[in-house]
Amino acid sequence: MGRTLAEKVWDDHVVRRAEGEPDLLFIDLHLLHEVTSPQAFDGLRKNGRRVRRTDLTLATEDHNTPTLDIDKPIADPVSRVQLETLRKNCADFGVRLHPLGDVEQGVVHVVGPQLGLTQPGTTVVCGDSHTSTHGAFGALAFGIGTSQVEHVLATQTLPMSRPRTMAITIEGEPADDVTAKDLILAVIAKIGTGGGQGYILEYRGSAIEKLSMEARMTICNMSIEAGARAGMIAPDETTFAYLQGRDHAPTGADWDAAVAYWKTLRTDDDAVFDAEVFIDAAELAPFVTWGTNPGQGAPLSARVPDPASYEDASERYAAEKALEYMGLTAGQALRDITVDTVFVGSCTNGRIEDLRSAAGILDGRKVADGVRMLVVPGSVRVALQAVEEGLDKVFTAAGAEWRHAGCSMCLGMNPDQLAPGERSASTSNRNFEGRQGKGGRTHLVSPQVAAATAVLGHLASPADLSGADAGARTPAGAR
Amino acid sequence: MEAFTTHTGRAVPLRRSNVDTDQIIPAHWLKKVTRDGFEDGLFEAWRKDSSFVLNQPAYQGATVLVAGPDFGTGSSREHAVWALQNFGFKAVISSRFADIFRGNSLKNGLLTVVLEQPVVDALWEIAESDPTAEITVDLERRQVRATTPDGAALTADFELDENSRWRLLNGLDDISLTLQNEADIASYEATRPAFKPRTITA
Repeated sequence: MGRTLAEKVWDDHVVRRAEGEPDLLFIDLHLLHEVTSPQAFDGLRKNGRRVRRTDLTLATEDHNTPTLDIDKPIADPVSRVQLETLRKNCADFGVRLHPLGDVEQGVVHVVGPQLGLTQPGTTVVCGDSHTSTHGAFGALAFGIGTSQVEHVLATQTLPMSRPRTMAITIEGEPADDVTAKDLILAVIAKIGTGGGQGYILEYRGSAIEKLSMEARMTICNMSIEAGARAGMIAPDETTFAYLQGRDHAPTGADWDAAVAYWKTLRTDDDAVFDAEVFIDAAELAPFVTWGTNPGQGAPLSARVPDPASYEDASERYAAEKALEYMGLTAGQALRDITVDTVFVGSCTNGRIEDLRSAAGILDGRKVADGVRMLVVPGSVRVALQAVEEGLDKVFTAAGAEWRHAGCSMCLGMNPDQLAPGERSASTSNRNFEGRQGKGGRTHLVSPQVAAATAVLGHLASPADLSGADAGARTPAGAR
Repeated sequence: MEAFTTHTGRAVPLRRSNVDTDQIIPAHWLKKVTRDGFEDGLFEAWRKDSSFVLNQPAYQGATVLVAGPDFGTGSSREHAVWALQNFGFKAVISSRFADIFRGNSLKNGLLTVVLEQPVVDALWEIAESDPTAEITVDLERRQVRATTPDGAALTADFELDENSRWRLLNGLDDISLTLQNEADIASYEATRPAFKPRTITA
């Protein structure tokens, strides 16, 4: 019987397989950041261990880093200590680090791909759940905890039981205003936040094959929000073209050998998935979340659901709690929800194509009065590219704030946070209670919806901009 | 890792689904560089509400958390496990756990027990009708035992793979176990293709 893409990559990394034990998997690339690594390095010191493969390890600073005044000392002393700890650990153990101020600094999941380190058929881990992003290249990429970070540092392997496989097949032609973010939000709403538990997802079908690498990264990035262990897309010519010429992509004969191998990384026709989900892209529309988990989403044209409509008691209770936290009422049109803040950035939507989309909508328009818009590029390289294309000027002319690279308001570990009760439209990945700041309320959206929302002041798609009179809408007590 | 064999303690009923790790330990606590001192951050936002179950005097000192489905979703932060342990929890029971959280818990000796929702419902009723009622989580027999309000014995078997159980019962350190197979790692490394990426070029 044939094998799936995930099974092929898995099998190629088994260092040891023994009855009654998890497989011992070799890890090709270990990415580190300041938040989940300090205790792991402490463990190495305590046990007199070294980093086994510094040549397969890379660190960057992203979660804590400020997006303003980056040339000044970091104001928050606790954040500063954490960054200094990473710098000392990397120096002591010989790990390559891209610190704040470095041209290769940025969100760890933006940095790996842009350097060409994320390659098809590799295993990639990082102490961060959004490591699933790298699956866009046909890599097997897992988020891990700090104990596992220490394990990989010490052994370059991880003992793991092989997850089951699930095919998410998306066929058909999506409407022009439907983005990768809308596709993945629709997938999560369909299978639920626990639907992917215990699975590696493989996204496939014509709607996936047409996507750019950056759009594929947006899709795979949010696999974890469906509870999946990883998400993957088979590598193809789009993947190879993205990689060729990047800093760490193979060259010469190595390139030819790599491509020959990468071309074998497709699910065999006779392979069987443990579960299959089908989605018709033509039926999708711009999607937003209304609740406090990423599965609580609906098309922008819909209304806030009535918790009473849920048959399952626990879902009903979760919806009631979510509406209470979000300050929304059942039946309210999603388009009537007004926002205070718009955030464009994160490992989900902080790449150059995302910034181009948002800028394209903001060009010649203004951010609505009373709305704060933050644009935070995913990496310094993305920022430099945006500046070269003049996108920064488009953002600032529209009244948005153009910031330095980092995770920023996605999780509010740095000063970029919502105040209690403030509401955001955010291109990030999690709408959990307090995720963007204590008491903050988050609606997850695509960069296009974020930009249109910034202009109109309420949740909106670009189609709402043409001829729409923003002032004519009466926000229905969304605050 | 601390070994886990069997534990008997009072339970806290947490009737919420999709308890994500941002709720268990908010991001600003993640700036700490130690594995301890997270107890005050556990469910920090919810604990501001005096009626929240962890604030109720009757549940002080409880050591078993009984939660709704999909516990531990979201971020991979192991700090969520440390916070639960620092607070005093020895075991968490739910009908479904997020994968990364579950992996992290078992590597730290916090036993995560998967039971069917009707059993979780029964445990909630036990803990709510009598907060002093004790629940036993027995890893050797892979069994949870309690007494229902009407005096009947509740016994529920749970599954945990033999390898994880063995490591927990003996408090074994994964890294030491893996390093016993160092020769396998070295021989695998010797066969890796030349085109595989390196972060540092010699």
